[in-house]
Amino acid sequence: MAKQSRRNFLKTAAAVGATATGMSVLSPKKAEAAPENILSVDRMGVLVDTTVCIGCRRCEWACKQAHDLPAGNIESYNDEATFDKKRRPDDTALTVVNKYPTENKPHVPTYLKVQCMHCDKPACVSACIVGAFSKKENGSVVWDGSKCIGCRYCMVACPFQIPAFEFEKALEPKIMKCDFCFERTKEGKLPACVDICPVETLTYGKRSDLIQLAEERLKLYPDRYKNKIFGETEVGGTSWLYLASNDFQKMDFPKLGAAPAPGVSESIQHGIFAYFIPPVAFYALLGGIMYITKNKDKSEEE
Amino acid sequence: MHEHMKPTPLPNKFFTPTVVLILMIAINGLIFLALRFFFGIGAVTNLDNQHPWGIWIGIDVAAGVALAAGGFTTAALGHIIHREHYHVITRPALLTALLGYTFVAISVGVDLGRYYDIWHPLIMWNGNSALFEVGICVMIYLTVLYIEFLPIVTERFIGKVNLPGALSKLNKSVDKLLRALDRGLDKTMFIFIIAGVVLSCLHQSSLGTLMVIAGPKMHPLWQTPVLPLLFLLSAIAVGFPMVIMESLIASKSFGLKPEMDVLSRLGRIVAPLLGIYLAFKIGDMFIRETFVYLTDFTLESVMFSIEIIIGVVIPLRMFLSEEVRNSRSLILTASFLVIFGVFLNRLNNFLIAYTPPYAQNGYFPSIGEISVTLGFIAIEILLYRLIVKNFPVIAVPVKQTSPKTKYSIRGI
Repeated sequence: MAKQSRRNFLKTAAAVGATATGMSVLSPKKAEAAPENILSVDRMGVLVDTTVCIGCRRCEWACKQAHDLPAGNIESYNDEATFDKKRRPDDTALTVVNKYPTENKPHVPTYLKVQCMHCDKPACVSACIVGAFSKKENGSVVWDGSKCIGCRYCMVACPFQIPAFEFEKALEPKIMKCDFCFERTKEGKLPACVDICPVETLTYGKRSDLIQLAEERLKLYPDRYKNKIFGETEVGGTSWLYLASNDFQKMDFPKLGAAPAPGVSESIQHGIFAYFIPPVAFYALLGGIMYITKNKDKSEEE
Repeated sequence: MHEHMKPTPLPNKFFTPTVVLILMIAINGLIFLALRFFFGIGAVTNLDNQHPWGIWIGIDVAAGVALAAGGFTTAALGHIIHREHYHVITRPALLTALLGYTFVAISVGVDLGRYYDIWHPLIMWNGNSALFEVGICVMIYLTVLYIEFLPIVTERFIGKVNLPGALSKLNKSVDKLLRALDRGLDKTMFIFIIAGVVLSCLHQSSLGTLMVIAGPKMHPLWQTPVLPLLFLLSAIAVGFPMVIMESLIASKSFGLKPEMDVLSRLGRIVAPLLGIYLAFKIGDMFIRETFVYLTDFTLESVMFSIEIIIGVVIPLRMFLSEEVRNSRSLILTASFLVIFGVFLNRLNNFLIAYTPPYAQNGYFPSIGEISVTLGFIAIEILLYRLIVKNFPVIAVPVKQTSPKTKYSIRGI
C-alpha cells in the first residue's frame, strides 16, 4: 500500500466505483428480486360468520384430507373434550376450531375457526429470505418448498403467528400453513373447508363482494353482531374476514392496526439501499478519508 | 523506538489444564450438535411454533455478530483513519472477527431446518427481506475477512515452504505463488478494508431491522423503527472493549506484557461511543414514551434496566476515568460490562422482548441448546489459541535489527 502511487490508488478506486455504479444502474432488475406479490382487485376470500358455526369440526377433517395429513375417523371429531383446551394450527392441522363463551347468550357457545388469514400485505412474503412465500392472484398466500431453507423468519414476522414448522424432522422439514386450497381452487373446486361446511358458516367469493355481504348482515342484524368485520382493515386487510357477536380480542385475535405488517421494515430496508446509493457513497467517503489520512502520514514522514 | 513490536507465532505449549477443560466443553457441544443433525431441531431444542428462534439465533448469531465488531472498528481506526499506534491490535482483532463470523455462519447453518440449502439466498433473492440483506452481507464480509487474513498466511510461509515427501519439488513454485499473492494483496488490500467497514455497517444495522417486522409481538421497550441505528451504534461501541478484553486475556494466558499504553488510548474512545449510543437509546425511549413500562415490575422492565444501567451507564462512567483506563483490572472490568450490556441487548431484543401472542409457556433454552452454544465458544477459543501459536498474529517485542519497515496496510 505504501508503495502504491497516487495514480494507482485513484485508478483502482475509480474501478470499484464504476462497478458499484454499474450495479446501481442495473437496479431496476432489483425490483424483480422480490417474490410474486399480486394484489388483484378480483382476489378471492372467505367470510367466516362465527354466529352460524356449530363446532362440528368437519372443516378440520376435510382440510387434513385435502392436504394428505393423517385425518383419522370423522366420528372422532365429535368429541367435546377437544374444546377444553385452546388449540392453534400446527404442522398436523392447518385449521382448528376453538370454543368461546358468547357474551350475550351464555348458553350458546361461539365456535371460531382459525387458519392463515391470507393477508393482502403479507409479512411472511416480505420477510422470507429466499422469497419462498408469494401472494397469488386469487388472494392465497402460498409457500414454495423448493426454495425454503427453514430459517423460520416467517414465524417471527407473522402477526397472527400462523406458520408452523416440522421441528421433529431432521431432513426436509416443512413450513406448514393453510394454502387456501391453492391446488383445488385452480381446478375450479371450493376450498375443502368451505366445501364440507354443513351450515354455511364459510362463504367463498370475491373479497369485495364478501365485504358487501358482511356489511349487509351487520345492517340487517345489528343485535346479532359486534359492528366490526375483522380482517377488513387489519394489517392492511386480509382475504379471510370474520363476523362475530363477541369482542374479537376476547376470542384471542391479536389487536392490530391498519398499517401493513411489513411497512416499516420495508421502508427502512429500501431507505438504506436506495438504488445502492447510500452504500456506494459511504464507500467513497471512507476511501476519501483513507486517501487523505494516508497523504498526511506521508507528509509527516518527510 | 527502542523496542519494536512484531507479530510472531507464540511458542507456548497448546495444552494447559484450562485448555483441557475448554476442550471438554467443546466435545460436549459437538455431541448435542450431532443429535440435532440426526433427530432434528425439535429433539435438541425447546423451540416450538410460538418460539421459532432461541439462543442459537439470539446469542450465537445476533450477539456473535455484535461482539465480532472489533474487526471492523479497529480496521477503520488503524487503516482508514490511519492511527498507526493501534496496529499491534489490528491482527488479533481481525482474527477474532474472522473466527466470530465463521461461527456465526456455522450457527446459522445449525439452526436452519434445511441447512443443506443455505446457499439458496445467493440465487433466490428477496430485496424486501432484512434477513436477505443480513445473509448476503455476512457471506460477502466473511469472504472479505478471509482475504484480509491472507497476508498473515503468506507472511508465515514465504521463504519457509516445506511440503512433505514428493510434494517438496513444488516448494519453489508454491513460494513463488505466495509471493505473487502477497504482492497482489498488498496493492488491493485497501479495497477489501473499506468494503469490510461498509459491509459491517450495513449488516450490523440490518440485524436490528430484522425484529422490526415482528411489530406488536415485540415489547415496546425494544420495538422501535430506529432499531437498526441502535444496533449499529452499540456494535461500534462494543468493538474496542472487545479488543481490550481479548488483548488482556490473551496476554495473561500467554504470559506476555499487556499493551497497556495502546489499550488505555483505545479506552479513551469508548466513552464517547457509548455516550452516543446511550443518548439515542434514551432519546428514543422518551420520544416513544416507553418509560411508562419501566414502572411495572416485569421481566422486561428488569432486563431493560440491567441492560442500560449495568451494561451502558456504569461502564460509560468507568471509561471516563483515567485511573480506570490505566488499570489493567479496572479497564478489563469496564470492557466486560460493555460486552455484557451489548450481549444482553441482543438477547433481550431477540428473546426477552419477543412475546408471542399464543404462547402456552415461556421459552428457556434446553441443555442441548446451551451445550452447543458453549461448545462453539469453546471451539473458537481453542482455534484462536492454535492460530496465534502458528501464525504471526500477536505482536511481541523484538530487538530491532533492521530499520523499521515502512508502513504497510498489512499492519506491521
